[in-house]
Amino acid sequence: MSKYIEENLDRDGVDRRGFLKCMAWAGTGTFCLLQGGVLKSFALTDVLRKNAGDLKGDLSFVQISDSHIGFNKAANPDVAATLREAIAKVNALSTRPSFVLHTGDLTHLSKPEEFDTLAESLKSLKTERIFYVPGEHDVLNDNGQMFRERFGRGTQGDGWYSFDQKGAHFIGLVNVLDLKAGGLGKLGPDQLAWLEKDLVRLKSSTPIVVFAHIPLWAVYPQWGWGTDDSEQALSLLKRFGSVTILNGHIHQTMQKIEGNIAFHTACSTAFPQPQPGQADSPGPMKVPAEKLRSLLGVTEVNFVRGKHTLAIVDSTLQG
Amino acid sequence: MQRWKMQQSKTARNLAAVIFGAAAVLSLVAASAALRPHSATAAQEKTGAISVSIDNFSFAPSPLEIPAGTEVTWINKDDVPHTVVSTDRKFRSQALDTGEKFSFTFQDPGTYQYFCSVHPKMTGTIIVKRAAAANPARTGSGLLANALALLRL
Repeated sequence: MSKYIEENLDRDGVDRRGFLKCMAWAGTGTFCLLQGGVLKSFALTDVLRKNAGDLKGDLSFVQISDSHIGFNKAANPDVAATLREAIAKVNALSTRPSFVLHTGDLTHLSKPEEFDTLAESLKSLKTERIFYVPGEHDVLNDNGQMFRERFGRGTQGDGWYSFDQKGAHFIGLVNVLDLKAGGLGKLGPDQLAWLEKDLVRLKSSTPIVVFAHIPLWAVYPQWGWGTDDSEQALSLLKRFGSVTILNGHIHQTMQKIEGNIAFHTACSTAFPQPQPGQADSPGPMKVPAEKLRSLLGVTEVNFVRGKHTLAIVDSTLQG
Repeated sequence: MQRWKMQQSKTARNLAAVIFGAAAVLSLVAASAALRPHSATAAQEKTGAISVSIDNFSFAPSPLEIPAGTEVTWINKDDVPHTVVSTDRKFRSQALDTGEKFSFTFQDPGTYQYFCSVHPKMTGTIIVKRAAAANPARTGSGLLANALALLRL
């Protein structure tokens, strides 16, 4: 057991100190193991030092997020290069991921040439398939039409969909469209109705993985880091024994557990953003060049059938 | 625009009269002006045109009070794109990248709420007055009315 679990008063595998370390930035990376909705956290360096064989399961996949192709400001003048490094990191994994999830903000300005660059770069990913959900930067001027034409073929409604893999049910949601003044991310009644229908046929023992761009929990509503109607989605998921929700948008890793639902946000492959409330605004954060790659990264997820277990590993581009 | 400048100079004369008459009242007026929406002249003096800056995920000045017929230009100074979208869809910009601008001319008096559709927590207000009656705080009677209102407080 990791040194991060030093006291475990609630028998939930997480002590307060360990959880706070888990909440920290991905400066050193965090490995998280989920059992029946309960999260156990380890430092990534610990995981890499020992044989990770026991972490392998029936299914492993990788989450990448917030590539912001087209961004060229001081926080990272070469986002294409850091995306290439993220891809190399994924390709170097000992187990080839079954698929990759990109949780949005593929581009910075929704421009065709930015989508082209992103698609071209990801061709070198060694995986069978890539699934996407849009970020607000991918739907800037056309309500997401171009995104759906290129990355959302065969999806429902405004781009949501679900699929099954090795006994787990994956759901891609869209919460960046038709946002209201003063509000947060939004799923909307049509998508919620679809979600209810999508879940109704599933047994409560089915492990569920939901992925969407903006966090489906209130990370920091003052900065728009939350989704107005996420509670309605979460209430539909409450009966399931193991629910994992993967988001991007905030360009840093964070985790939270609520009942059987574990929330996780991924790093950006492009630029870091400040911790909640630690700056005047959530804009791109300029850090010394030598520090940048420690704040960017990818997330690897292993699913072990039968145990209802997801093991989430955040690794940075550094090291 | 010419008429607007004339009104400013008249305002200056009125202001001088107030200073001469009652310094104590003036300090109250200054306090009241600080509480009021930013006037078009304040934005004008800085840039030579009426502009709203988009900086640090906020619109400034806001609320902004202008006379009818005024063109307002928004300039994005952030490293991320923003939009300027009226809540009732009377105007809507494309995504503005860093340094890009969007202009809209407000012909009709009224209060216009707008927001950034990319970051909807960002909201702003434009108050359009009838051209002749705009910006009462800068007229002598407006100053006195404000001072009296504050005294009543």
